Amino acid sequence: MIGRFVYLKDVVTLQLDPEKCVGCGFCTDVCPHGVFVRENGSIRIAFRDACMECGACARNCPADAIRVRTGVGCAQAVIHSMIGRSGEGCCSLDSGCC
Amino acid sequence: MRYTVDPGLYALGKPGPADSVLVTANYKLSFDALRAALPGRNAWILVVDTKGINVWCAAGKGTFGTDEVVARVQACGLHHVVSHRTLILPQLSAPGVAARQVKTHTGFTALFGPVDARDLPAYLDAGHKATKAMRRKKFPLRERLELIPVELVHSLKWAGIIATVFFVLGGFLDEGPFWISASRAALGPATALLGGIAAGAVSTPVLLPWLPGRAFTTKGLWAGAILAGAALPFIGPKLSGALETVSWGCGVLAVSAFLAMNFTGASTYTSLSGVRREMRWAVPLEVVLFAIFAGLWLYSRLVST
Repeated sequence: MIGRFVYLKDVVTLQLDPEKCVGCGFCTDVCPHGVFVRENGSIRIAFRDACMECGACARNCPADAIRVRTGVGCAQAVIHSMIGRSGEGCCSLDSGCC
Repeated sequence: MRYTVDPGLYALGKPGPADSVLVTANYKLSFDALRAALPGRNAWILVVDTKGINVWCAAGKGTFGTDEVVARVQACGLHHVVSHRTLILPQLSAPGVAARQVKTHTGFTALFGPVDARDLPAYLDAGHKATKAMRRKKFPLRERLELIPVELVHSLKWAGIIATVFFVLGGFLDEGPFWISASRAALGPATALLGGIAAGAVSTPVLLPWLPGRAFTTKGLWAGAILAGAALPFIGPKLSGALETVSWGCGVLAVSAFLAMNFTGASTYTSLSGVRREMRWAVPLEVVLFAIFAGLWLYSRLVST
């Protein structure tokens, strides 16, 4: 577990629909935190709390089996959006990638 | 200095029609990291327009997105330049780029290479195969250290403004000559702000894996408490009494917790849902701590005069 960071428990919006999943494993390739594992040709969420809601999996799932509310985990961007300022630098919630 | 690269197709070495096409952002550091990772190799580098933002942030914003990649492939006439139909994209562009749509619109198969450009030679030599380790975004000490200067400059600027307010107020509220009373009164707040910055913007990033708690605010509170405990024997005797000492401690904690919370944006593993949940308790706590910091400092001046 050394070098592996985990954020808060049971909070992310990631959902995998096993009915739709075709087991291609593309999500295991694009996920930067090893959230998905492929076993016997099917995918399961093995490490849910490591998900950072970047949305790489959902965007690249050919079966539309993954749902996640994407965004950037940045407190400053949340503050900026609360006070009605659009974000600066890479910290922006108006990323339009949902 | 300019930190953007003009979008377009670049040649690395002397590439031919069979050589790989690597896609990157038009942020100079992304482009340079890619070039530096491939010494002595021939390849095509397709630079897409991300408005000078790095790959991951641009993918999150959508500027490093499917449409831009498709448009750039077509604008550069890549079909005529190379004989194969494969693009290699950085893995961290995947939040913005749908590989199968790139294929549909351009005919090029989009492959996601490793997270880190340094792993590209191994990835290419293995026939476009990335190991599990290459697919993970890590957050090593070196990377965390690189983030500290930016955090420091930003927070020191604010600390300077806030300390000046305490200085001027102290000069008017305390008895005696303005400069002497101002310096005496501002000592507590100024050292509390500096201590908070040291704990929140330096100790927290450095000690991130070892500080207790999952929430960044919790880590910041620990870093602040440790620093406050270590500095108190030196600062305490110079403060005017118990009230000002409590104020000082709350000041260190408020600033440290706030800066640690803000470090979520620079980290590589926090989710928006998580940050929102953390902020629900962290922001009120930070406001209360800061109010006690400023309030007790003010109160101790008003009752003593």
